Amino acid sequence: MLVRRWESLILVLLVGVCVWAALGVDGFANTSNVSFLLLDTTEIALMALTMTFVIVAAEIDLSVASTLGLSCAVLGWLWNAGLGIELIMPICLLVGALCGAINGLLVTRLGLPSLAVTIGTFALYRGLAYVILGDQAVADLPAAYTSLATRPLVPLGLVAVLGVGAAVLLHATGLGRAVFAIGANQEAAFFSGIRVKRIKFWLFVAGGAMAALASLVFTFRYASARADNGVGLELAVVAAVLLGGVSIFGGRGSLPGVLMAVVLLGVVRNALILADVANEVLNFVTGLLLVASVLAPNLGALWRRRFTSQQEVS
Amino acid sequence: MNTRAVASLVGTALLISACGGTTKSDVARQQSSAPSAASSSTANPNAPIKQGLKIAFLPKQVNNPYFTIADRGGSDAGKEFGAEVKEVGPSDANASSQVSYINTLVQQKQDAIVISANDPNAVVPALKQAMDAGIKVVSYDSDSGQDGRHLFINQAGAEDLGRTEVQLLAQQIGSKGKIAILSATPNATNQNTWIDFMKDELKKYPDMELVKVAYGNDDDQKSFTETQGLLRSYPDLKGIISPTTVGIAAAARYLSSSSYKGKVKLTGLGTPNQLRKFVKDGTIDGFELWSPGDLGYLAGYAAAALASGQITGAEGEKFKAGRLGEYTVGAKGEVLLGKPTVFTKDNVDEFDF
Repeated sequence: MLVRRWESLILVLLVGVCVWAALGVDGFANTSNVSFLLLDTTEIALMALTMTFVIVAAEIDLSVASTLGLSCAVLGWLWNAGLGIELIMPICLLVGALCGAINGLLVTRLGLPSLAVTIGTFALYRGLAYVILGDQAVADLPAAYTSLATRPLVPLGLVAVLGVGAAVLLHATGLGRAVFAIGANQEAAFFSGIRVKRIKFWLFVAGGAMAALASLVFTFRYASARADNGVGLELAVVAAVLLGGVSIFGGRGSLPGVLMAVVLLGVVRNALILADVANEVLNFVTGLLLVASVLAPNLGALWRRRFTSQQEVS
Repeated sequence: MNTRAVASLVGTALLISACGGTTKSDVARQQSSAPSAASSSTANPNAPIKQGLKIAFLPKQVNNPYFTIADRGGSDAGKEFGAEVKEVGPSDANASSQVSYINTLVQQKQDAIVISANDPNAVVPALKQAMDAGIKVVSYDSDSGQDGRHLFINQAGAEDLGRTEVQLLAQQIGSKGKIAILSATPNATNQNTWIDFMKDELKKYPDMELVKVAYGNDDDQKSFTETQGLLRSYPDLKGIISPTTVGIAAAARYLSSSSYKGKVKLTGLGTPNQLRKFVKDGTIDGFELWSPGDLGYLAGYAAAALASGQITGAEGEKFKAGRLGEYTVGAKGEVLLGKPTVFTKDNVDEFDF
């Protein structure tokens, strides 16, 4: 119920911001700007898809942007070594999946908290990226692929297809219900026969592979494979997922909400830049939205708790 | 089952590549055969500078004192010829963050974009689109790829800067001892070119040994801790060259409050206002820089000359840049600002920027 209401709120906010920007901001409402704007959110949208599963299962993965960086570095390194790009791409996906598998193993087999594990691998994968590619920027990538990634239809089509797939998986299959059950109450889920560890492990693997896929889009879009690609993106991804109404405590959330939040953040950013708002204000607004998104769903609960405890005292 | 899936994936991939995928050498071959783009329009050297031009400065990073001064020079130039000059940009010096700014500037239909590229490659596709939309592109401070701009305003010959910084430090430490370099980001085009010339110049000083190139990412705190780290790893370090204004200020702050003050010589690129007190308290003997204000000023005039049709960016064209006089476009669309100035405690008070 709450989820539904939150989604409608995001939708209203999104429509409101779009109307405001279309009327009040010069150069916002035209196809080329809207396609730039959506294109700019591609990597965040892709990683938000798997991040939604992870956070719904009451875990978190802060290493996704570092995985992206590592995959970019591997791509650049192998490209310089003379391998064909068609071979490099699946290798990158495997590297991403491997990164995710390491996270997953540490979390499920050793029972470590995912926050701590992925803060560690956040530094580890990014560090490894620098070890592999150093300070080089690999830019002589094939034009066939770079032009593919800058044509809005291709990356956005990818997001659309994977988005629909992920939404169906999360909201209409037994696996999706199991993920919600794990997030809501892990023990109850375990005792009702859900293979908690196995599912969590594969969620991390999927997250890693998705980060690698995002790295391919990123590299081709900017025509530049570097170890520092996508620094800081993990925060944008987590922000979008939380703003989309996924509970940070797990067990609640929806993919349409998350995708709307990704677009909302992109629209706000684009409109504010077009309106010549300074970058500091931009970060402030994004931060504000995030705090509000974490606070708002819990506000009702806090209020009720306070109210009842006061009644008990009196 | 999963291993089988993985194996078949790898197998397919190998098969594809065996059938001839796209490799680095393929791209190199294509590029060498591609015709080079030539500007088709003709210049009219006598065209007046248009009134009310919209010129946007896109520095590597906003709130960086160096770019604030450079961009102020640009807006000073704009006032002289009646243009609307603004500064926009990301707050982090990251490669890809400039691209969305370029796209929005295209939407705003600016007449010219003046950019200092964080990543010379990543900005080229977006800049090309801007040029297709009729926007004139001038790079300053840090060049973008050549096909992504009309002109590059070069602050000083890279060779001059790299070599003079080594010479400056050599004088200060008696051409002897271990030295280190504290640079900006590992990909910074400028710094890397200068460092190459520094390494070449160092061959003339057999007793000076470059032990490490550290990267402060043009971040004050990171530069500070990198300096700390350098001195911890090499306690017998004799000198540091920091070819970035953020780096040298952070290094000076650390040295001036440590026991290494005056013992470890620091030089590089900095602004007089930033380093005045360190020159006076003996942390720094001398450093150098071109005038960033003049750089922005010249870039502003170059952008206006392009947008008014006075020049197209071809070699040999001339344009006037207000108080700086006349400039000529060199090879590859480069315009050279001039030689750097060395600042010491004797002359630092004569400059205010």
